[in-house]
Amino acid sequence: MNMSARAKIQTTPAKDWILFIAFSIVILTMPLWTMPIGASYPALLQKFAIYGIFAIGFNILFGLTGYLSFGHAAFLGVGSYAAVWSFKLFTMNAIPAVIFGVIFSGLLAYLVGFICLRRTGIYFSILTLAFAQMCYRLAYSVLTPITNGETGLQLSGGDPRIIDRMFFEASPGLPSPRLFGYELGGYAGFYFCAVMMIITFFIAMRITRSPFGMKLKAIRSNQNRMNYIGFHTRPYTQMAFVISGMFAGLAGALLAVTDPLAGAERMTWTASGEVVLMTILGGVGTLIGPVLGAGAIKYFENIFSAFNENLLHNTFAILPDGLENIVVSAISPFVGNGWHLTLGLIFMAVVIFLPGGFMEGITRIQRYIDRKRNGSVDSKTENEKEPNHG
Amino acid sequence: MVDSLSLAKREDSIGNAPTKNAIFDVHDVHKSFAGLHALSEVNLKVGERTTHAIIGPNGAGKSTLLNVCVGRLAPDSGTVTFDGETLTGKKPYEINQAGVARVFQTPEIFSDLNLLENLLMPALSKRDGSFTFNAFRALNTQKDILQKAEHALEDVGLIEKRYEHAGSLSRGDKRRLELAMCLIQNPKLLLLDEPTAGMSRHDTNRTIDLLVRIKESGMTIIVIEHDMHVVFSLADHVSVLAQGKIIAAGTPSEVKGSAKVQEAYLGGAPQ
Repeated sequence: MNMSARAKIQTTPAKDWILFIAFSIVILTMPLWTMPIGASYPALLQKFAIYGIFAIGFNILFGLTGYLSFGHAAFLGVGSYAAVWSFKLFTMNAIPAVIFGVIFSGLLAYLVGFICLRRTGIYFSILTLAFAQMCYRLAYSVLTPITNGETGLQLSGGDPRIIDRMFFEASPGLPSPRLFGYELGGYAGFYFCAVMMIITFFIAMRITRSPFGMKLKAIRSNQNRMNYIGFHTRPYTQMAFVISGMFAGLAGALLAVTDPLAGAERMTWTASGEVVLMTILGGVGTLIGPVLGAGAIKYFENIFSAFNENLLHNTFAILPDGLENIVVSAISPFVGNGWHLTLGLIFMAVVIFLPGGFMEGITRIQRYIDRKRNGSVDSKTENEKEPNHG
Repeated sequence: MVDSLSLAKREDSIGNAPTKNAIFDVHDVHKSFAGLHALSEVNLKVGERTTHAIIGPNGAGKSTLLNVCVGRLAPDSGTVTFDGETLTGKKPYEINQAGVARVFQTPEIFSDLNLLENLLMPALSKRDGSFTFNAFRALNTQKDILQKAEHALEDVGLIEKRYEHAGSLSRGDKRRLELAMCLIQNPKLLLLDEPTAGMSRHDTNRTIDLLVRIKESGMTIIVIEHDMHVVFSLADHVSVLAQGKIIAAGTPSEVKGSAKVQEAYLGGAPQ
């Protein structure tokens, strides 16, 4: 292979920095470029960033090691509870809340990983699912003093907030999360989450490019061979599981930072399934894919679920009455509460036509452009692995 | 690797006759599966820097013996020692870290990774040990290990394909890749389970040439093989396994002339 081909398929530190800077710019300018698609309101932008972190973390486990966890929402839930308790007991500052969220979810991930990683494949998935469901049920029963059961954990006027009380008196009404005096509502909340997301993206990128990340990929490819070339694979998978759980805990804590309450519904199996969908939709094992998947799902969730029959009638008002009714009744099962049906169809289409997710689509477009530019394609390059740049 | 892989002779072996101290010792190993004796009273000593072939008819227990040697199976009784260290009860990764590498009957490679990445893994294991959390320095800036992997691929003639997926290789190339993955670790003992099975005559001859070079580099080798052409091209010693027992051992010519072997291995047919 000639040097240019070699250069083409290898990532370099410079390329990684370009990717990182471009990613940071795209994330930080989101309020601007999401305006034309009607997604530039803070609540949705915050969700993009938070679920992006969740998916980036999930991808470290699933994308690199191939271990498919169906219980990651448990770590998200624990991160939220830990953050709200930090608000209640210590301070409304978001930093300790985030730290507590990450630590507690990391501890739970260590325990869950220690048990579940004894098995691989479907058995591992079922074990993680069982653990998450157990956490969900415990939150409604034995752990009610910590989780406040069905009502959910909320702030109250009587909370001690001992660190805050050292510096200032309690103000009337419920306080909101802050970052050293700045309230984290609206766009400030989004930027806080966005910075966290950029940090997690950077960590995920370093891990993916490192020997540790390569070893995780090799474990996914052939764990048996890894053992016979001298690797103790268990600590690697355990580490990946804990890092992934901590990212989920961070996402959970950020959910509490942007809206300081925590409920057990965050830990349901459907929430765990959602992050699996996000990752597969975007592109398993790629850096950017999970973020795209998370963004797409949260965007469609908001757009499609906002439609109702009246809105559809207004949209298709220009059609003749009979036709309008037919069109509205044909579309209405796919919007509003039925938006999951649309998600299901999109998911099926992606899995069938783009098994590598949105990132495969982007790669195909890139190849098509390259082909057009170069006139013909060296047939050899078809077999060559192109490392994931994004 | 092959600093070794470059299959240049090991420094201290150039021009010297191989030393014959036993580096690998299988002592009185028994292994049975549901009452069926796969191995019984197996004793085997392998001299340092020699090539020892284990032959025998199908179902004789050859692969079981190799599995016991690398920790895939625990023997019911008996011990396996290597370089003064007991291997019995150790995990496969610990046995590899002790200096034992294995090539499987069906190539065990990383099919989703490219050839270079396949070689980087064993090189990292050799450099970093069984577990290191090195997550902050990019792998593609670690020139030492990249060069080592490229040299290893050069030695087995696969350098041109280094960015191809390992899964897309021919069977012969997969075997050579797996061999390179073992050799890059510069193991003290190399275990080969039918390294030429399923290969064309051309590929078999290429592999024999490669194995002869490895042997000449001074590496200790245990090879399980059906193809007598391979056995007689490589082995210094041959042990014959039949129904879980070693029925004959000696130099290739001694074994070839043994009536016991002809009866067990060739079904008593005159040669």
